[in-house]
Amino acid sequence: MVDEPIPVEVIPRGGLGRSVGRRLRDWIPAAAVLVLGLVIWQEAIRVFHIQRFLLPKPTSIASQFWDDRSNLWHAGWFTFQEALGGFALGSAIAILFALVLARYRFFGTALMPYAIAANAIPIIAFAPITNQWFSGGITKSSKIVIAAVLCFFPVLVNTLRGLTSVNPRALELMESYAAGQVQIFRRVRIPNALPFVFSGLKVAAVLSMIGAVVGEYFGGAFNALGVLILDRARTFQFTAAWAGVFLACLFGIALYAGVAILERLTLRWAPSTSE
Amino acid sequence: MSANEVVRVEGVSKRFARGAVTALQSIDLSIVEGEFVSLIGPSGCGKSTLLRLIGDLTEPTEGTVTVNGKSARRARVDRDYGIVFQDAVLYDWRTVAKNVALPLELAGWGRAQRAERVREMLRLVELDGFESHHPWELSGGMQQRVSIARALSFSPSILLMDEPFGALDEMTRERLNSELLRIWETTGSTVVFVTHSIAEAVFLSTRVVVMSPRPGRIANVVPIDLAQPRTAATREDPRYFELVTRVREALHIGSDREEPLARAVER
Repeated sequence: MVDEPIPVEVIPRGGLGRSVGRRLRDWIPAAAVLVLGLVIWQEAIRVFHIQRFLLPKPTSIASQFWDDRSNLWHAGWFTFQEALGGFALGSAIAILFALVLARYRFFGTALMPYAIAANAIPIIAFAPITNQWFSGGITKSSKIVIAAVLCFFPVLVNTLRGLTSVNPRALELMESYAAGQVQIFRRVRIPNALPFVFSGLKVAAVLSMIGAVVGEYFGGAFNALGVLILDRARTFQFTAAWAGVFLACLFGIALYAGVAILERLTLRWAPSTSE
Repeated sequence: MSANEVVRVEGVSKRFARGAVTALQSIDLSIVEGEFVSLIGPSGCGKSTLLRLIGDLTEPTEGTVTVNGKSARRARVDRDYGIVFQDAVLYDWRTVAKNVALPLELAGWGRAQRAERVREMLRLVELDGFESHHPWELSGGMQQRVSIARALSFSPSILLMDEPFGALDEMTRERLNSELLRIWETTGSTVVFVTHSIAEAVFLSTRVVVMSPRPGRIANVVPIDLAQPRTAATREDPRYFELVTRVREALHIGSDREEPLARAVER
């Protein structure tokens, strides 16, 4: 009896087609809420006679968006490039920082208070200053810096947590295989940190677009999205301003979705990364 | 010192919390090649600490640990230990095959050599066909078998197991016990096995080291002279019951001597 082969059972894995189908079904409630929200918005304006400059109808924002698409797209793309630059710069520095802090405890105690202080910078107060640093704020550099500062902290904190929250037994095993620190980082700490890194990157993705747009409110190139929104609002073209805000959202969501897709591709091994 | 002595523990003490807690006191133990030695005792007797000292996962406060004629540190760097913990501790981002291959990668084995060895090890633990599964797709017992395959993959001279089957149900545990014995016979490795199950210790071991708590000491050493190979019939052998009783008595003497009596007197 003892020498019988041991029966084994495996958790079934879903096919790709089925998982895509399931994902689409998961979106149905959210889509329903969106439609319902838009209908309520549209109807509320009609029923309560809300003034156009207070809140335009979704349909007029949509048609404005369509009519003005060329300008909006150029402005949005310009600002998106700033956001992307800041996202890449801030995240890269944060990840490097986290690696150093995880490797050398001394740096952690010496530098962490300053990282926390950097996070406490009220970025809106900071924007006029960075604009002055870089040729009066006309170039992309100043917005990239603002976006990078915003991205830095969430990526740092999450990455550091991922690098250090490793099962101590997993590290002991590596030591029993006579692995050095570089190998421990490469084969255990970094793979362990990846889900955490992506959590940080997703937060940073949205923050980077906010940072770029807010930076532009304090002066930027004439074809930047933040400048465009501010300009339209000042000249009472509120529907156009709303269209700009809507586009800023779209770009933020696009960057977030890009990171989420990268996450799914990278973390194929994980049992479930759905949220 | 005999020629084939694998582990030699001499006058080892271990204190924790800046000397406030004495986990182990004056331990002497010698283990020769091919032995299967179980460390058994109530919680707090330092059996896991002793195992960790042998494996250089912690250092003794006093005394020396010699493994294969060198320091425990040197033995670890030479990859003399295969370690299995109570949890399988598999790396979730690696498939079953890649988990088993990890120590081989670190030891600089070539790709083809690794693949060959992994196949051999998974056959040994009867998990062939599961190479490309991820750990979370396996049951607890299967995960622990992967962990054993990984520990044995680089043919370490000594296998250190810290309650490896403690988290499994009784049925799975008995099956894995038999499997472990089969592997032990096949590989001829030396095993140090921590457990708190008397039946498991007697069934598996050639020698059972009974420990007592506060401070942790070796209370008794019971040689297990049951015939090899051990099978289901072994568990019904009268000699098996005698030995289980001997270990149980040794355990009670070991722990009664200290605490419960002393406390009763105080009250």
